[in-house]
Amino acid sequence: MSTTSPLRPKRSPLLTGLMLLYLVYTLVPLVWLLLSATKTQSDLVSSPGLWFGDKFALFANIRDTLTYDNGIFLRWLGNTVLYVVVGAGGATLLATAAGYGLAKYKFAGRRAVFAVLLGAVAIPGTALAVPTFLMFSNLGLTNTIWAIIIPSLISPFGLYLMWVYATDAVPYDLLEAARIDGAGEVRIFFTVALRLLAPGIVTTLLFAVVSTWNNYFLPLIMLSKPNLYPLTVGLTQWSNQATGVGARPIYNLVITGSLLTIVPLVVAFLLLQRFWQSGLTAGGVK
Amino acid sequence: MHRDTKGWLFVGPFLAVFALTFLAPIGYAIYLSLFRDQAFFGGTVFVGLDNYVDVIRDPKFWESFGRVLAFLVVQVPVMLILALLAALAIDSARLHAASFFRIVIFLPYAVPGVVAVLMWGFIYGNNFGLAADLNDLFNTTSIQPLSGRWMLPSIANIVTWEFVGYNMLIFYSALRTVPEELYEAAAIDGAGTVRTIRAVKLPALRGAIVIATIFSIIGSFQLFNEPNILRTLAPNVITTYFTPNMYAYNLSFAGQQFNYSATVAIVMGVITAIIAYVVQLRGSREAL
Repeated sequence: MSTTSPLRPKRSPLLTGLMLLYLVYTLVPLVWLLLSATKTQSDLVSSPGLWFGDKFALFANIRDTLTYDNGIFLRWLGNTVLYVVVGAGGATLLATAAGYGLAKYKFAGRRAVFAVLLGAVAIPGTALAVPTFLMFSNLGLTNTIWAIIIPSLISPFGLYLMWVYATDAVPYDLLEAARIDGAGEVRIFFTVALRLLAPGIVTTLLFAVVSTWNNYFLPLIMLSKPNLYPLTVGLTQWSNQATGVGARPIYNLVITGSLLTIVPLVVAFLLLQRFWQSGLTAGGVK
Repeated sequence: MHRDTKGWLFVGPFLAVFALTFLAPIGYAIYLSLFRDQAFFGGTVFVGLDNYVDVIRDPKFWESFGRVLAFLVVQVPVMLILALLAALAIDSARLHAASFFRIVIFLPYAVPGVVAVLMWGFIYGNNFGLAADLNDLFNTTSIQPLSGRWMLPSIANIVTWEFVGYNMLIFYSALRTVPEELYEAAAIDGAGTVRTIRAVKLPALRGAIVIATIFSIIGSFQLFNEPNILRTLAPNVITTYFTPNMYAYNLSFAGQQFNYSATVAIVMGVITAIIAYVVQLRGSREAL
């Protein structure tokens, strides 16, 4: 880390203490979730929230979560992975190509593209959900995986990031040199530009993965078959079963399932820290 | 800049999908909003702007709108100020273990919104939540985050918890782009911490603050996940028109009133776009 001041100010215990308070607020719900996932249904009610119960039931809970209702949780996990790989992967590819095109080519209609994109982004995404549902319903796409994948393919934030990133990261000279060598535009993109864009691509991919992994509203309205649900909709379904009329005591499954849903993303963010933080800083220049 | 229509090769695929998932639904929503189901004869009939007149006169719409407006007036400043303070603290070089703080405070962003709401919903609850523990501790029953009075602050707490870290990171990224020479110049001028923040850091943050404000306003107007999931825990507190988005959703999926629902969505979209535009305009004018 570089210092932000040439004077190298002293570290302040007061400031660190205040930030620790905020850190506690950030961590308390996560710690609660972690501890609750180790408890049996009866310990959940009888033991204090921020301490362990009588029995350590984490592994039993995980087994129950994965096997409940013929292993539907694993099915939801598989669906989520499918939506993320195709949706977020496709979104990253489209945003990278389009950002690169907008940054490095001057073509007729480029300004119009900007105007349309900016205008459309200001419109709330969820306001589009109902009309999108009706449209997809007429096209016979509801209750198919495409109802989730196709809308996930557009990431306006990703496009913005890649456009800003490509502007600085890919020098014109390099592109011109490749053209003189006789390389076609598509080949230049894949062999020259992609490598230079890598940190931006990782950032865009990570944020696309988060938004697809966390997607709730879209699958909620598009899907009525539980075997197509992603984890988010499946978990809320379980939660409704646990609280609604004729409730089944499956709180431990909702809690353990929630924990299992969080883990992959948290791990991804921690492992890829170096990439996405440098990618974001570059995006913040403009 | 390469002058070449080959640029379309790269932008075209994005635009094609964009047209299908953004432009077509907008067009379809506008089309739907001009028609109405006929009660007795079946089919639909063109009614011009009648649906819009109905929305403008609909007390349920305005109640839900007022609620998200009240929500955003309080929640957005609280969240952004917390994020700003955290970013300034982490950037200040006065903090122990700054990079540890940065990553942990950002972590809630990686938690799916649905899981965040389920988690906080349990914590708020009186069965086995922390609210119950606190009530036991103080021998009272007055801590009821899911009651009518406290529902909106409780939702605001969840949204704040989720997004402070994300906004902090946007601010922090902007602070990182301040050139070292500016700090040196400020130090030579004898500027203290507060003056350096006011004269160097805040101007550098202006663009990021405008963007974060716009995104937060749009997010507040779209409020749906949190109240919709908490509704199972507090069905008497959260109505089907608690927020404009829930209203549009329930009109469609519980009431089959697709035309009216599309109209509500468009009206909200227009209001949001206007407010976002005004914020952007004011933000950039002050920057000049």
